[in-house]
Amino acid sequence: MTNSTRYWMKTSLAYVLLLGGSAVMLIPFFWMLSTSLKESYQVFTTPIKWIPDPIKWSNYVTTFTSLPFGRWFNNTLIITVASIIGAVVSCILVSYGFARFRARGRNVLFILTLATMMLPDTVTLIPKFYLFSQFGWVNTYYPLIVPLFFGKAYFIFLLRQFFMSIPTDFEEAAKIDGASTFGILWRVILPLTLPAIVTITIFQFNDSWKDLLQPILYLSKPDLYTLTLGINFFKSENDVQWNYLMAASFVTMLPSLFFYFIGQKYFVESITLTGMKG
Amino acid sequence: MEAVTQTDVKVRGRKKRSKAERKEARMFYILTGPWLLGLLIFFALPMLASLWISLNQWDLLTPEKFVGLKNYRTAFRHDPLFWQSLKVTALYSVFSVPLGLVFSLLLALLLNQGVRGMRLFRTIFYLPAVVSGVSVLVLWAWIFNPQVGLLNTMLGYLGIEGPGWIFDPHWALPSMVIMSLWSTVGGSIIIWLAGLKGISPSLYEAAELDGAGAWQKFKSVTLPMLTPTIFFSLVTDIIGKMQTFGEAYVLTKGGPMNSTLFFNFYLFDHAFQNFRMGYASALAWVLFIIILVLTIVVVKSSALWVYYEGERN
Repeated sequence: MTNSTRYWMKTSLAYVLLLGGSAVMLIPFFWMLSTSLKESYQVFTTPIKWIPDPIKWSNYVTTFTSLPFGRWFNNTLIITVASIIGAVVSCILVSYGFARFRARGRNVLFILTLATMMLPDTVTLIPKFYLFSQFGWVNTYYPLIVPLFFGKAYFIFLLRQFFMSIPTDFEEAAKIDGASTFGILWRVILPLTLPAIVTITIFQFNDSWKDLLQPILYLSKPDLYTLTLGINFFKSENDVQWNYLMAASFVTMLPSLFFYFIGQKYFVESITLTGMKG
Repeated sequence: MEAVTQTDVKVRGRKKRSKAERKEARMFYILTGPWLLGLLIFFALPMLASLWISLNQWDLLTPEKFVGLKNYRTAFRHDPLFWQSLKVTALYSVFSVPLGLVFSLLLALLLNQGVRGMRLFRTIFYLPAVVSGVSVLVLWAWIFNPQVGLLNTMLGYLGIEGPGWIFDPHWALPSMVIMSLWSTVGGSIIIWLAGLKGISPSLYEAAELDGAGAWQKFKSVTLPMLTPTIFFSLVTDIIGKMQTFGEAYVLTKGGPMNSTLFFNFYLFDHAFQNFRMGYASALAWVLFIIILVLTIVVVKSSALWVYYEGERN
């Protein structure tokens, strides 16, 4: 086999798998989109009607004019941006500490860090709510933002793994040149772990953007609502307005998707950066 | 004379190191300080509160009553559903953790190929991660519906009569595993991609010079360099899957015939349906201890198989 046939076969196989996988990933979203454009009585018909007849574009207008989505969008954006800043800055510092500096009790503290993910949220819910209401934080965004400035176990763990994969030679060299600890972190470690930093940024965006549990607990004034909380207006105990619910869900998830699409660039660019590693 | 000099060097060497050690330890505490403080306020306090609640009988409305270890004794000795929910959670984790790791790693390798349009493909595969929790579960309720659902409609085109999925006690748990593969793949792929992108191309170049083929390169470069990522995914997956909740809450309510009675759902049910907060907290602590033990085992074993390039001996 010549090199070009081999390359051609490999590429075609990759495309077959990618297209097949994409179909599996996309079908549920076609259903969402199609549902969002239907009359409510058409939602559950057999066999599945993929293309609605008539196509009700007006569902989108009704969805977004009947409720103050503009305001909820702003609220969600504020929470998301503040959370990202808090989580990224604090987690970088903390995980750098865990990855590079030895101290007595470090391993115990690390296990303790992991332990914060192990107790089911369901039982810390009430004590946490009690704590934050003592602070007077109910009906403010503080419970959703402030804890992130103290770090997040999942991200600390993730970044620590990446920091520990970086050979120490670069730091030694920078140290000889007289760089400080923070200088090394900023100029040596961060550029080399950009994919991981972008990863936690994308994750935090998504987490804050679609969080439901915490807004439900802490925000009871409609003025303060986030998007996911607002969407719930279309779903009550005994009545679900499927077409509006799907229209709102569909539009709400687009920013996360867009953010990921943009963030990806840095995965690709980082190849050139890590090239200097070896 | 020679001996004396050697001891001298040793002593001085240790003294010097211990000063550097102190400096290093100080830096550790400066950097992790905010986290340790947060740990105390946002984690330790609620955690101790839940431990205290687990030793009480409490219905959220009337004052709690101290009962000692009674809740724990009840769980272990008189509650068959406690054991059933442990079994469900264990079975689910045993299948979904390794399947999820292999499945998402394979997809990440596919999405790491240099072909055109990759950014779009990567975005499509990320889709499941961006739908908010409730919408995605509503979506799956439709997919698994035996009559009008997507899966059985598709199988019907192939002339196959599909099972009852979440309505069949034998199929309900496998259905949950299938769903977990789909819904967690987006997030996992990003982590794998970040890991893959962190591997220095020069390592592959060196392997190629040695005449390594694709499989050889995967085995001797990709896999060892990915071990920190594998370790991370393994630990967080175990923690996450052992706490599966939403699937049961929205889709099955633990049924049919308790076949999807996840431990975390069972304890939630006690807390907020039966208002037995003390019992629920005791269950939570049992789960916490189990996950903690599993995690410590994996962390301890990591010295044997995780490779860190920046590790100092």
